[in-house]
Amino acid sequence: MRHIISILIENEAGALSRVSGLFSARAFNIESLTVAATEDSSLSRMTIVSSGSDGVIEQIIKQLNKLIDVIKVVDLSESAHIERELMLVKVRATGKDREEMKRVADIFRGRIVDVTESTYVIELTGNCSKLDACLAAINPDLVLETVRTGVCGIGRGDRILKV
Amino acid sequence: MQLTGAEIVVRCLQEEKVEYVFGYPGGSVLYIYDELFKQDKFKHVLVRHEQAAVHAADAYSRSSNKIGVCLVTSGPGVTNAVTGIATAYMDSIPIVIISGQVPTPYIGQDAFQECDTVGITRPCVKHNFLVKDVKELATTLKKAFYIAKTGRPGPVLVDIPKDVTMHKCDFEYPKSISMRSYNPVVKPHEGQVRKALQLLLGAKRPMIYAGGGVILSDASNQLTKLARTLGFPVTNTLMGLGGYPATDDQFVGMLGMHGTYEANMAMQHCDVLVAIGARFDDRVIGNPEHFGSVLRKIIHIDIDPSSISKRVDVDVPIVGHLPDVLGKLQALLEQSAERPDAKALAVWWKQINTWRARNSLKYKQGKELIMPQYVVEKLYEITGGEAFVTSDVGQHQMWAAQYYKFDKPRRWINSGGLGTMGVGLPYAMGVRFANPKATVACITGEASIQMNIQELSTARQFRLPIKVINLNNRYLGMVRQWQEMFHGNRYSESYVDALPDFVKLAESYGHVGMRIERPADVEPALREAFTTHKNDFVFMDFLTDQTANVYPMIAAGKGLSEMILAEEL
Repeated sequence: MRHIISILIENEAGALSRVSGLFSARAFNIESLTVAATEDSSLSRMTIVSSGSDGVIEQIIKQLNKLIDVIKVVDLSESAHIERELMLVKVRATGKDREEMKRVADIFRGRIVDVTESTYVIELTGNCSKLDACLAAINPDLVLETVRTGVCGIGRGDRILKV
Repeated sequence: MQLTGAEIVVRCLQEEKVEYVFGYPGGSVLYIYDELFKQDKFKHVLVRHEQAAVHAADAYSRSSNKIGVCLVTSGPGVTNAVTGIATAYMDSIPIVIISGQVPTPYIGQDAFQECDTVGITRPCVKHNFLVKDVKELATTLKKAFYIAKTGRPGPVLVDIPKDVTMHKCDFEYPKSISMRSYNPVVKPHEGQVRKALQLLLGAKRPMIYAGGGVILSDASNQLTKLARTLGFPVTNTLMGLGGYPATDDQFVGMLGMHGTYEANMAMQHCDVLVAIGARFDDRVIGNPEHFGSVLRKIIHIDIDPSSISKRVDVDVPIVGHLPDVLGKLQALLEQSAERPDAKALAVWWKQINTWRARNSLKYKQGKELIMPQYVVEKLYEITGGEAFVTSDVGQHQMWAAQYYKFDKPRRWINSGGLGTMGVGLPYAMGVRFANPKATVACITGEASIQMNIQELSTARQFRLPIKVINLNNRYLGMVRQWQEMFHGNRYSESYVDALPDFVKLAESYGHVGMRIERPADVEPALREAFTTHKNDFVFMDFLTDQTANVYPMIAAGKGLSEMILAEEL
């Protein structure tokens, strides 16, 4: 099953490689990984999307907790949470497609953030399936380039991940 | 007063009451070595290869429960040390490795003797640091010693660029350290301990399975007391030998791939199993599906939560420091009016004794060829079971584990997890430094010993009276055994040709060499080595039966009750 694991980790050189090295060394699956400093610049917040049986996810969380630099680990998908991913997609926008691309962007509540005579860059945020759906709605021949950030997530309500 | 980084390193080691640093100098650590030269609070042991420095520091720790320290230079100094570090990591041994690094402005420039030390060692250390500022040096070293020894122990590496050892700053060694990201659980959850006790009291066929954690946490007294109060059978893993007295009646021997028949059968057929500082390793339980095919309740006590439910599902997990957990169990047991079901226990012991009667370790010593098992048995007799025994890796390691009965912890020193050939001799050195009066024997084979043979020189320099018991069968014995059993007798590259004359080799380093070829000479030769040559390093080259195999054996992927016994062949 798909899990979203959130990690608070000391913002030190090599922190990312400790986490990614752990995943490869123990043959854990990693679908996406995002990381950036938090409002407290001594801390990094990492969101990892992984999948596996309950036993595997339990091991992932235990092994992450074992890393000396890791302060806290939670499985966001255990309860109500919000997940978001940002995608930038550059599309060919000429002739009748120009109008169509604008329409697709509107339908998915995306924004066009760059315009040339022949291209648009559409910015879109949402959960993974929304981004997938948007891509599926565009004729693949018109997609010139896509870039996605991977998922970041946060618990709903009183669930707070903090030191 | 301001100190240089190199002075700070030396002061920190003094503050940590380090007795010995095992190392090898080189360009990046020259300033540190210069400071070593100027002090005499701790001694430096110059090895002949960095791998041996780490092994010696590792064994120093294993045999004393102090932290082992080694010092190596950048680049090849570190890469040579990696096997030693990985060995210590797999067996959770607290050591601190200080490595030199090229000056900070050169990092990443492919400088001479540069390597990404933090990157290379990351997967085989508990933690590592690169110190880029001399102001962080003292705190980092303090953290390294703290992390190495607390929680589940392990090696910690501190990489220090050369310019950092030259820069100056004020020195103050922190008295204590606290890290928001590192607070290992020590105190067990009381409810879980109560649950465990209830399971133990209700058991009909109980079994205690104790591993290296008992040794590492110095919990053997608590384990022995608890096991005796309960009257339950005890087995030790390879890493746990000595954690429970081997000559005690309740001890059923080592379990696992080469464990005794009774230990493996009891492990498979028990109804309540308590695992203490052990991790259900593949060499211990064999096939986990086969192991799990029998219904039994499992209590698992360990300092490391990630060891629990990793390979085997457990019913009562308890995370904590073993002496605390076992002490708590004992206290609750003593308060309780309940005792285990004596009738059921008597039936269970009767069953175990039937298994024991198979005498799965028996072998025949004839008149012509020396059996390796016989050498170990005689060694046990002659040393009165009091020696510190190190081993290398292979058949001789298993025979040492099977036939030398360890009654005390920290006497049996071997590479269990990584299975590193070549540890035996440097291990013996480390043991002797930690225990300057101890009798130290290194049981090895002609292949393993050659992997760190250069340390004969270090042993000479420091006049270490180690006794090397070389079980020389002219084969990579364990490889040959597997080839015989599973690869149609095709002995691919397992014959050791062009062996040196070990007697002359030992003598060339100034040691005593002996060659023993006949069974009748085994005992007198051992006596001579351990009495006449008590204070000498003696290399005893025993020419042994080339066809001897280690039994019992569980083939890889098989279950605990699927042992191959010697008599069945």
